[in-house]
Amino acid sequence: MRPQQRSRRQFLIESVAGLGGAWVAANYAGIMEAQAFVQQAAGSGQPIKLAFFTEAQAAEVDAMAAQIIPSDATPGAREAHVINFIDRALVTFEKNQQQAYVKGLQELDTQTKTLFPVAPRFSALTAEQQVQVLTAMEKTPFFNLVRTHTVTGFFASPIHGGNYNKVGWKLVNYDDSLNHKPPFGYYDAQPLPRR
Amino acid sequence: MIQFTPSTDVDFVIIGSGAAGGIMAKQLSTNGFKVVVLEQGGWGKYGKEHEYTKDEWLNDHPSPEDRLMSDPSRQRNTFRRNDKENATAGTHSYGCVVGGGTVTYGGSSWRHLPWEFNELSHVGPIAGSGLADWPITYDELEPYYTQAEWEMGISGKRVNSPFVAPMSKDYPVPPVPLKASGALFEMGAAKLGLTVVNGPIAIISQPYMGRSGCVNCGMCSGFGCHVKARSSSAVTMIPLAVASGNCEVRVNSYVREISTDASGRVTGVTYFDKDKKEVFQKAKAVVLSANAGESARLLLMSKSARFPQGLANSSGVVGRYLMLGNTVNVSGIMDQPLNDYKGVVTGAGIVDFVPSDPKRGFYGGGRMTARGFDTPINYGLRGLHPDSPKWGAGYKKALMAEANHKFTITSFVTQQPLETNRVDLDPQVKDDWGLPALRITSTSHADDFKSMEFFRQKSIEILEAVGAKRIWAGPVSDSRGGAHNRGTCRMGNDPKTSVVNKFNRAHDVPNLFIVDGSNLVTGGRNHPTMTIQALAFRAADNIIRNARRGTLNNL
Repeated sequence: MRPQQRSRRQFLIESVAGLGGAWVAANYAGIMEAQAFVQQAAGSGQPIKLAFFTEAQAAEVDAMAAQIIPSDATPGAREAHVINFIDRALVTFEKNQQQAYVKGLQELDTQTKTLFPVAPRFSALTAEQQVQVLTAMEKTPFFNLVRTHTVTGFFASPIHGGNYNKVGWKLVNYDDSLNHKPPFGYYDAQPLPRR
Repeated sequence: MIQFTPSTDVDFVIIGSGAAGGIMAKQLSTNGFKVVVLEQGGWGKYGKEHEYTKDEWLNDHPSPEDRLMSDPSRQRNTFRRNDKENATAGTHSYGCVVGGGTVTYGGSSWRHLPWEFNELSHVGPIAGSGLADWPITYDELEPYYTQAEWEMGISGKRVNSPFVAPMSKDYPVPPVPLKASGALFEMGAAKLGLTVVNGPIAIISQPYMGRSGCVNCGMCSGFGCHVKARSSSAVTMIPLAVASGNCEVRVNSYVREISTDASGRVTGVTYFDKDKKEVFQKAKAVVLSANAGESARLLLMSKSARFPQGLANSSGVVGRYLMLGNTVNVSGIMDQPLNDYKGVVTGAGIVDFVPSDPKRGFYGGGRMTARGFDTPINYGLRGLHPDSPKWGAGYKKALMAEANHKFTITSFVTQQPLETNRVDLDPQVKDDWGLPALRITSTSHADDFKSMEFFRQKSIEILEAVGAKRIWAGPVSDSRGGAHNRGTCRMGNDPKTSVVNKFNRAHDVPNLFIVDGSNLVTGGRNHPTMTIQALAFRAADNIIRNARRGTLNNL
């Protein structure tokens, strides 16, 4: 191994703090690829190299995520790069869900064509139409899986690909300093006796 | 660390390194006994605690060697309501790392109250309940409570209250912050005439015995502590045991049998090592501290011609009188932010309803704790009001509106010991080692459901008193497993109705000691750890005294 590779590997292992060495080694290829992908994605305007999804699949999942946590006056799943998180998760921690996505995206396509027969695909629909399709699917295991992954990607540490620039944490005023001093909130800042 | 060969006849094998096992290891090894501790789990971040992750996603997805809890897909277990049902896959899990559950627990360290040692005499028999008196009194255990508090490092404030156990000495460390939820408890209590006390917590608020004080990081219960503020067995007892030069801790050691000879004495234990290879470790005596579920399962697996019902089970009581741990959660939304994700899980308790009151028409009490514990992913997935939208613009609006404004009251409630509630060996399901899976059979007593409903209503009253809006409290339900499991090897004077004597020695086996939550005759108000720790210090004291008087072979 060339020194440059070694240091990059070392950097990676350290950056995934909390993972045991053997586990990292066993899943190294996937994590490596996903990490490179995240770094790429961090640079604005760079084309994204996907670790699991095809470009077309990524567009569909991204569109779903963008309806689960929409972008409006404040950032949503899209600005949080949730799709990066999901793509990466599917080659690492959530490997066992790969088939659920492959199958689920077919269900999404079927549901899209049922409601909108001439639509080429879910991501080509208007926002309102997308909401209609997802509402029809919201009780399905696939929708719940994408919801779980979207919310998780929105709030997980940015190191995992989503929550880009901590937009998820900022949305809910979460202070990630991991070091706090009381008073923590409004009520414990009130003078004694508290009534 | 010293290493013993399996053929070395060590003085003690201790099975488990958690709340009780850690204390037994430290007490016995520092008093000169040769000890091997067998732990199912790994080392965790022992000795390099700063590496404990504070990354919520990673903590939810530990690698096999970083697991801190047992894995129900390997340490399989099943659950059923009663004997007529077929058991189905259960989710019961327990601390599974050097230090056991104390590595990740919330740290509540309440003592049992004096009358909680003789509830049967106190309230009289209750139909369908196995309520019984303990063979020891609070006064006998009090010095060991104090010892545990000072040796482990408990933060708290001594109070004079009929609702709190009397203490002979202050806590060694001042209380952890009350938090905004604790301040709301004070406001509600002032209106309703209730009593708020700082929670006694096994997390040091200031440096103590060479460890750092808590930095209120908020990634607390369920996470390892990166500053060693949580007073787990892994940062208090085990290092002292190892430093004695008399104690070897063997991780990834999954015990399958406690072995006995023809005379009925324990000769050692057989376990699977990390490669699932069987090893027999010889020992003069065995201390079983594997937690109520696992200790009972191991005894039931240790059948022999002499012990056909399982080891130490001539009474048939092993596994019975299981108490799993009932809680009630009620939440509401406050106008102002609490930011309760900062700090330890709970800083304060309302204790007025710890005693039972005959006027309520049922037996039971509990401790109400102010909680607020929403790590970001958990909050996004499960933290919102149940009526709030689950996705879309409405979900996002709710995420913003409710963030840090939730006030939750969690009550820890009596669960009576019932003979029919028990663990045994599942006749079909095997664990990953090919051993019978733990089967839990449990339905709480009717009074326990009434107790839970009482605390549900009281919580609503308090939330209303402090102006909480959109209060929600699902229907009460009883526990199906988890780290608060107690009973199963109850302590008593009568070998026909109990498993161990008042000094934790098995009635049937002179050189077998069972020391963990399994000994609890009654469960207190579902805060077991401090009592387990006090019992461990007391058991160790008696073993050491007896062993010095004679030899271990005569135990």
